[in-house]
Amino acid sequence: MFGLKTDWSLDIPSRYFILEDYLGNEARWCPGCGDHAVLTAVQRICRDEQIPPEETVVVSGIGCSSRFPHYMGTYGFHGLHGRALPVACGVKSRRPDLKVFVATGDGDCCSIGAGHWIHAVRYNMDMVVLLFDNNIYGLTKKQTSPTSKPGLATNTHPRGAWLPALNPTAATLGFTNVSFMAQTVDWIPAHLHATLQAAYRHRGLSFVRIAQRCPQYTDKVFEEYVNNPDKILVMQHDNGIPLDPALDRFYKTRMSHDPADIVQATAIAHREDVLPIGLFFWDPSRPCYDDFTQAGMDMTPEEKIRALNEEMDRFAV
Amino acid sequence: MSQHTEPGGRPHATPSARTVSEHIVEIVSDSGQGAQKCGQSFSAISAKMGNGVWTVEIIPAEIKPPARSRAGASGIRIRIGDRNITNMGDEADLVVAFNEQVLYGRIEQGAYRKGTILLLESKWANDPDPAVQKAYTDAVAQFQGMGVDVRELAMEEACLEITPNPRLGLNMFVLGMLCEIYQRDIELAREQIRFIFRHKSAKVVDMNLRLLDHGQTFAMHNITERYIVPKWDNDKPLIVMNGNEAMGLGVMCAGMEMVSMYPITPATSASHYLAEVFYKIGGCVHQAEDEIAAIGFGIGASYAGKTACTITSGPGLALKTEFIGLAVMAEIPLVIGLVQRGGPSTGLPTKVEQGDLLAVLYGAPGDAPKIIIAPATIEETCHFMVTARKLAEAFRGPVFVLTDANLATGVQPFPRPNVQPEWLSPPVDQSPWKEGVLPYDWDPETGISPRPIPGQAGGEYILTGLAHTNRSWVAYDPASNQYGCEMRSRKLAALQRTLKPPVVYGDEEGELLLVGWGSTLGSLHEAVDKARAKGMKVSALHLRFLSPMEPGLKAIFERFQQVVTVEINYSDSTRTPILPGEPRRYAQLASVLRTHTLMDIDCYSNVYGQPLRPGQVYEEIVRRLTPAQAK
Repeated sequence: MFGLKTDWSLDIPSRYFILEDYLGNEARWCPGCGDHAVLTAVQRICRDEQIPPEETVVVSGIGCSSRFPHYMGTYGFHGLHGRALPVACGVKSRRPDLKVFVATGDGDCCSIGAGHWIHAVRYNMDMVVLLFDNNIYGLTKKQTSPTSKPGLATNTHPRGAWLPALNPTAATLGFTNVSFMAQTVDWIPAHLHATLQAAYRHRGLSFVRIAQRCPQYTDKVFEEYVNNPDKILVMQHDNGIPLDPALDRFYKTRMSHDPADIVQATAIAHREDVLPIGLFFWDPSRPCYDDFTQAGMDMTPEEKIRALNEEMDRFAV
Repeated sequence: MSQHTEPGGRPHATPSARTVSEHIVEIVSDSGQGAQKCGQSFSAISAKMGNGVWTVEIIPAEIKPPARSRAGASGIRIRIGDRNITNMGDEADLVVAFNEQVLYGRIEQGAYRKGTILLLESKWANDPDPAVQKAYTDAVAQFQGMGVDVRELAMEEACLEITPNPRLGLNMFVLGMLCEIYQRDIELAREQIRFIFRHKSAKVVDMNLRLLDHGQTFAMHNITERYIVPKWDNDKPLIVMNGNEAMGLGVMCAGMEMVSMYPITPATSASHYLAEVFYKIGGCVHQAEDEIAAIGFGIGASYAGKTACTITSGPGLALKTEFIGLAVMAEIPLVIGLVQRGGPSTGLPTKVEQGDLLAVLYGAPGDAPKIIIAPATIEETCHFMVTARKLAEAFRGPVFVLTDANLATGVQPFPRPNVQPEWLSPPVDQSPWKEGVLPYDWDPETGISPRPIPGQAGGEYILTGLAHTNRSWVAYDPASNQYGCEMRSRKLAALQRTLKPPVVYGDEEGELLLVGWGSTLGSLHEAVDKARAKGMKVSALHLRFLSPMEPGLKAIFERFQQVVTVEINYSDSTRTPILPGEPRRYAQLASVLRTHTLMDIDCYSNVYGQPLRPGQVYEEIVRRLTPAQAK
């Protein structure tokens, strides 16, 4: 009657999450710290993707950026310096239902936790890893980080950092079984958001390096890129990370890059004349270790006891 | 005496067979000659024939030490008896050696006595190298001088009739010999060979079966001794395995689903066993990139509601220390199997020591109270894993299960665990979190609090290793840290209140009380039995809980004139020159008990890397008690 179907109904979700659902304690980072921008972006992604807060786990190590979980209204694990990745992998190992984010800094990931970085990329478990790279140890007050550029004066190298800076993007691209490697910056919120969204939607370990300004100690290291948009190289592709059309006019240095092309990705990662942003590499077909660790989760206690007894028969005398 | 016949029709027992209540057999060879496979088979056959059995491997530290080297002894000791055998015993009764050099290390360790029968490969007497010939003849003379009953036998030559490479086949030939000497059911031996070579070709199985038969025939013609070891009177169904396998079995009986490990001797074989079978029970072994990641991964799984286990040894423990502190601080359940070996540093990777007690107790910075339990037998190793998971969850923190290389590699039959559904982990609680309950809602009396698990709506909290309030908020005030420490410590007191005082073995009062922990139980009891039979007033006490301690220890100790711990770890001897009036350094449990009871508890300990033998303990008892009593 009147063209209305009798089974007409609105598809109303039983729960709808708003940004406030993802707010934790008030962030205590310095004013102007790039971490604030990333926090906002992650909370927006959670809201956009409607991830129940109780199913979200943010794991971190130690450092300024590792305070991240405290400012989320989800589950969080603020653990040990350098050890966020093993914990995050363990969380995921038997809980496929949980959505895992990792917050780690350049000291946490690329120095004390570097061994885990290599292997977590290789495990390729389903999670988003955010590398907050500000080129400095902030929490412990201005020590050289592995990504500090030579010449940067720090408290451990007052006459300037001596070693060549470690390139986390090129390194990650070199690790076996890498499946998603993107780079973004804290001062282009639209790109940051688009990058995190792509990272969240990828099944596997999505590694995102975020150039992040520390107003206290390294306010100058990214200055040339902030002040001169031409020094930002936007990688573009149908499978890549879209740039908000409103920013098109502003970021004119662009190149087409197919994220399936690891060779070109590596070449771009090594460029020092520009700061590339976008998706370096993406391969959704890489094996995920979750598929190995989550085997057998459906066994009932009765089945387990039966299997155990069969197993013990082998040792019976 | 059994009179059934084997297929060949030959009577099983010969008229000269002697009945003995127990016998200790050793097979010693260069590494890679399969002595252990031979001994394990002999042990399995003996267990199946109803004997009590204890098997311990003699392991060189290298995979392939040079042939005929004194330090390269690889082998196995099997003690079989007419009762439950709980330790490796003292001197061997019968030894089979593939060369004479490997025996020197065993002799140094006091493994043989006057009258020990040594079946020694004789081919070295005719070796092309005159130096080898001389070494051999010198050794034979030396062994005979010590009173060892040396029988030189051309075993390899006999093997040549079956295989062109007797170096690889000698072990099953020797198994045949032992089956004859100890009157084993040869059909069980055949079954055993078919089982251990089940992944090999039919040709290999057949050759080993022929070597077995040939060895049996060889013994008939060349060895006159026959021994009958009566059955152990036991009516329970038994399983036989080593302590590491028992630990793995315990993990499964506890319903844990994740073992996260990094390879380390002597703990790794527990994970090998699990890697083979865990998937059938719905579990997974994660081999992490390092020891730190291994525990971190386990902690991640535990935090997410699946209480995990990590298994390691001394150096791995050292690396895991920071995470252990985190598990204590943030109250994350975790089971840590610690198979102790000789330390410090890389130490003695394959040898036994009970040297990690203090490292476990005090290894983490700050005050990190944790539960430590130590199984004393292989059976307990299995059951304690089940207990450990429950304790970890109930008391919300890490639980250590301390074993050692002796328990890990010792093989013993024990009553088959009757797994109950309540042994397994319950399903992860995903019901909504009760409103108003804080993430650390400590009961001020017990320090115990319920734990929100990711997935529980309303329970969201940020776990942190920083000092925190009961809301898990970073504590910026001094009172919160004091209170948090109190609550974590109180959990141990609460657990202690539920424990019973340990039971004294022997009279409840006397002149001497020996206090032990872990793998030394069998040797301690055997030595105490022997001394008590001679009228000595000695008893033994074995502690299973090391943190918190079982209650009532002081009251027990006060009923003895002397209290002495017996441990396999370092202590200064009483003859150590130290500053007059300054105390010497005590063994680890002794140190803890002295603090715990404020009593003058002495210790007897060493770090030779060997399992404690009952004879050593007996001698110590005699030394401690008056000479008149000793006689």
